[in-house]
Amino acid sequence: MGTSTLSRVDVTDAAADLLRHLAASYGPLMFHQSGGCCDGSSPMCYPVGMFLTGPGDEFLGVLPVAGIDPVPVYMSKAQFEYWKYTHLTIDVVDGRGSGFSVEAPEGKRFLIRSRLLTDEELEAFGLS
Amino acid sequence: MTIVDKPVEAEVQAPASTVYAAPNTPGAAVNYRPRYDNFIGGKYVPPASGQYFENVTPVTGKPFTEVARGTAPDVDAAVEAGWRAFQSWGKTSVAERALLLNRIADRMEQNLELLAVAETWDNGKPIRETLAADLPLAIDHFRYFAGAIRAQEGGISEIDHDTVAYHFHEPLGVVGQIIPWNFPLLMATWKLAPALAAGNCVVLKPAEQTPASIHVWLDLVKDLIPDGVLNIVNGFGIEAGAPLAQHPRIRKIAFTGETTTGRLIMQYATQNLIPVTLELGGKSPNIFFEDVAAQHDAFYEKAQEGFGFFALNQGEVCTCPSRALVQSSIYDGFVSDGLARVAGFKQGNPLDLSTQVGAQASNDQLEKILSYFDIGKQEGARVLIGGERADLGGDLAGGYYVQPTVFEGQNKMRIFQEEIFGPVVALTSFSDFDDAISIANDTLYGLGAGVWARDGALQYRAGRAIEAGRVWTNTYHQYPAHAAFGGYKQSGIGRENHKMMLDHYQQTKNLLVSYAEGPMGFF
Repeated sequence: MGTSTLSRVDVTDAAADLLRHLAASYGPLMFHQSGGCCDGSSPMCYPVGMFLTGPGDEFLGVLPVAGIDPVPVYMSKAQFEYWKYTHLTIDVVDGRGSGFSVEAPEGKRFLIRSRLLTDEELEAFGLS
Repeated sequence: MTIVDKPVEAEVQAPASTVYAAPNTPGAAVNYRPRYDNFIGGKYVPPASGQYFENVTPVTGKPFTEVARGTAPDVDAAVEAGWRAFQSWGKTSVAERALLLNRIADRMEQNLELLAVAETWDNGKPIRETLAADLPLAIDHFRYFAGAIRAQEGGISEIDHDTVAYHFHEPLGVVGQIIPWNFPLLMATWKLAPALAAGNCVVLKPAEQTPASIHVWLDLVKDLIPDGVLNIVNGFGIEAGAPLAQHPRIRKIAFTGETTTGRLIMQYATQNLIPVTLELGGKSPNIFFEDVAAQHDAFYEKAQEGFGFFALNQGEVCTCPSRALVQSSIYDGFVSDGLARVAGFKQGNPLDLSTQVGAQASNDQLEKILSYFDIGKQEGARVLIGGERADLGGDLAGGYYVQPTVFEGQNKMRIFQEEIFGPVVALTSFSDFDDAISIANDTLYGLGAGVWARDGALQYRAGRAIEAGRVWTNTYHQYPAHAAFGGYKQSGIGRENHKMMLDHYQQTKNLLVSYAEGPMGFF
């Protein structure tokens, strides 16, 4: 099985609903996974174009959300070195938001759920 | 208008029991107003949006006030007010600025208990910490910078017999400051005190998780501060923080938070070509060398306390000693003693003076910590103690409590590499000095570290080898105003605390003056 059918990232139905709602206000969206203090280790959601990614970022994949543009997900390459063995699912919980992530005023916070990559995924991603 | 039901001068009654009354209940040391507007140009003004957001206390999970939902027009008004005030504030004498800081400190000291209760209610941290740490440190911080600005001098350099270079310190102008939620009043003070001392005017955005305690503080001190010198715009990051960070008329932006927003702040700063200071957290190693266990004496107890410091402020500290590295030769005994100590940590109502571990600051913070328990277990780390949400029952059942937790694992695991910001430590062993330093430095961050050893040369070599801005040696979690604080690597840019902080809020004006009577001879 090729990498085309496997993804490092996924999205829960609740998070997809919120993304659809936010896209109506902000247009196309993207995620950048944060690290560090306070609200670190959380996914930050921005309108495409607000946050500049660069060669130091790893593109993890896109979240397929019906009805809106695919939502790309990035993380810094340095951080990815420690995260590369895990599959990430973007979920949402009640919360007070953080950073400049766009969902905060909704009383919601995107949250990463993680699981270890399967043997099949490890092989597909060249990590076995 | 005042937020306190009693006059400020009135003595706050000591609690009848060891538990302080919750704000807005009978006998409370402080009562929050039902609503807070933005503070712009010396007065409270409603937000341009007309909207407010609910603020909950993490102690019970219930709302207790609502706060202005500031947006770009409010930020614009605040920056304008700052520049109006700067015309005179920027020219005040250092004596006048120092006096303001000292008066603020005095007012805070007179109302320490009131502020401590307000802070605990907004943030969830134990009252014993706000009484003994957050507020006393903030008070001292204002006094430190009052002294530092009085003692600061420029420079005179004699270039040659007839040419002199004078160096003056000048304020930047209006600066933006974005405050985190883990120490709302103390972190605001860390940014405000040097900025005001240096003669700047400030537009400050409190964290949306803890937007209210600073207004209790402001109500105590606002009569001391000239209109427009300090402006506070509440709101969400995307709606108020981002417009502040990219405002073309601020001369500097200071931020404490995480790496992605830190990058965004820098990105905005490039557009306006302004300086930034960033404090972005870490994953601080706390290293216990074998000689700490040479005797089971007071020093050993001190080191054991050092191991338990991961639970201070529920682990919501940028320098939380969230990785414990214990030398393998003493590992079993030291860890066993440490776990017994952790088992004795008293978790409970943050307003109870005997509580050692309070509530996490927000529901999403709680959820994030629980998600790390999940990935830690999946990666094969062993839970030695804790590892679950804590249900304290009664009124506290809806609050955000997590058991103090010790994971045992190895440094490549995600729980060793990511700041969980909970009362959670990731524990591992090391064989020798080189192994300890290698593990300690195997992190993206470099904010804090702890070294525990009896051997002075060992302490020194370890402290110098660790890539972190602050290495506590045989101590931890001390934050005196006189010691520089800031990060290596991805932990940030610039320093806070210490008189060097004044440089981050000042320009250098050089007057290069010729006293020669004749021409230079070029033309």
